Amino acid sequence: MTDLINTGDTAWILCSAALVLLMTPALAFFYGGLVRRKNMLSVLMQCFMIACIVTLQWAVFGYSLSFGPDIHHVIGSFAWAGLKGVGAAPNADYAATIPHSTFMIFQCMFAVITPALILGAFAERMKFGAFCVFMLLWASLVYDPVCHWVWAVGGFIRNMGALDFAGGTVVHINAGIAALVSALVLGKRQGFPKKISPPHNLPLAALGAGMLWFGWFGFNGGSALASNGLASSAFVVTHIAAAAAGLTWALLDWKFNAHPTMLGMITGAVAGLVAITPASGFVGPMDAIWIGIGCSMVCYFFVAVVKAKFGYDDSLDVFGVHGMGGIWGALATGLWANKEVNAAGNNGLFYGNPELLLIQLKAVLVTVVYSGVMTFVLLKVVDMVMGLKVSEQDERIGLDLTQHREAAYTQLD
Amino acid sequence: MKYIIAVIQPDRLDDVLDRLEQKEIHLVTVTSVMGRGRQKGISQVYRSHKEAGSLLRKVKIEVAVNEEFVKPTIEAITQGARTGNIGDGKIFVLDLANCVRIRTGETQNVAIG
Repeated sequence: MTDLINTGDTAWILCSAALVLLMTPALAFFYGGLVRRKNMLSVLMQCFMIACIVTLQWAVFGYSLSFGPDIHHVIGSFAWAGLKGVGAAPNADYAATIPHSTFMIFQCMFAVITPALILGAFAERMKFGAFCVFMLLWASLVYDPVCHWVWAVGGFIRNMGALDFAGGTVVHINAGIAALVSALVLGKRQGFPKKISPPHNLPLAALGAGMLWFGWFGFNGGSALASNGLASSAFVVTHIAAAAAGLTWALLDWKFNAHPTMLGMITGAVAGLVAITPASGFVGPMDAIWIGIGCSMVCYFFVAVVKAKFGYDDSLDVFGVHGMGGIWGALATGLWANKEVNAAGNNGLFYGNPELLLIQLKAVLVTVVYSGVMTFVLLKVVDMVMGLKVSEQDERIGLDLTQHREAAYTQLD
Repeated sequence: MKYIIAVIQPDRLDDVLDRLEQKEIHLVTVTSVMGRGRQKGISQVYRSHKEAGSLLRKVKIEVAVNEEFVKPTIEAITQGARTGNIGDGKIFVLDLANCVRIRTGETQNVAIG
């Protein structure tokens, strides 16, 4: 059976898995640069802790829940728990030309970064112990089921014909909605919105955004699960959409705030990467430009106008960028998907098939409702058992010192 | 003995130090600080949210001198820091009760400089 393994495919997916892993530390620096200096380490620590917790969860039972043999179209069985039977032999259901363990570890990196995205919404105020428990529960009861519905053989959203190439629903909408709910449940930081200091290190945030952009080629390009024309196509549209969205956000800043900003530009680029994620295997390069431009417009509106109007403290705009960017991307897939790009996909509204847009909308709604409700329930349970939020005094002093007894930057030698 | 504190524009620092040196005033301590005067600062915008805080970067110079050096010090700082624009800064002159050179234990006037 190992004769079926294609060395080029395997090499590319292993490299892609490493690229996607890099996105979690990249996200740590993107987020870390945006918080106040007293909370820098807490953000880095949360990202690295998720990488450890979710990786073990994935190996022990998470992968089996997500991709294991289907039970009633809603969840995988425990048949592959402990990675039983997940070895060198390919699994033709998912990727016929690479070892099953290669597919598993590639998917592991997605399971890691998704909960990490959420933490930007409640940055600077959550107890570390409660954070660890919540993330383990969220990975098991929210990520794994939604991943099964959308990507696993037998999953009901996959059966509906919804298209999600690399994780618009599974990763970005899922995390973005969880982010909004956690911002609401944990409440605002002291002094929000008037008395919160600006980002403490934008160059680090820009470095993190650059590393995210780099890693995203593995995220989307690798989702072809082969080293072929589709991988290349996904790579190309990913890059184009990010560029279009970064430029658009800078122009919007220029128009509405009189000056283009570094933070605006990298926010736009990340939003564009989010939006192209579900579409990356189904759309052509010129349509990717529209996806990027539209994404920055939608996300800019939510970050600049909607958040200010409703006053929720989504600290690092995870809902505004990942939630709304993901929703735009999922719907845009229903607009611009094109069978000439990928015969295994479908045509969208602009290619004569309005039905796909409705299917995409249904997939979005199911994900929004499930992620929203489950995140709320899990947070309430953890809050009752151990309390979610640090004390006011600890919040004032900062999470680095109070949660970890460390400081990111020394004041004196 | 006087203790002279000046808050100036950061880009004038080199000029001020040169002029102090010309007048043989060597003892200087410099700190990077934030401040504002009547001119206020430049407001910042992060993801379209305007920051209320409006402080500007300034440099603070501290000089301890004996009486005969007070006037030259003020002249040196004024000449070095003045551009004629608002925001050039301020000089504060305080009485100094004592000064101790740590290495030798000398005190008062001989310890300065």
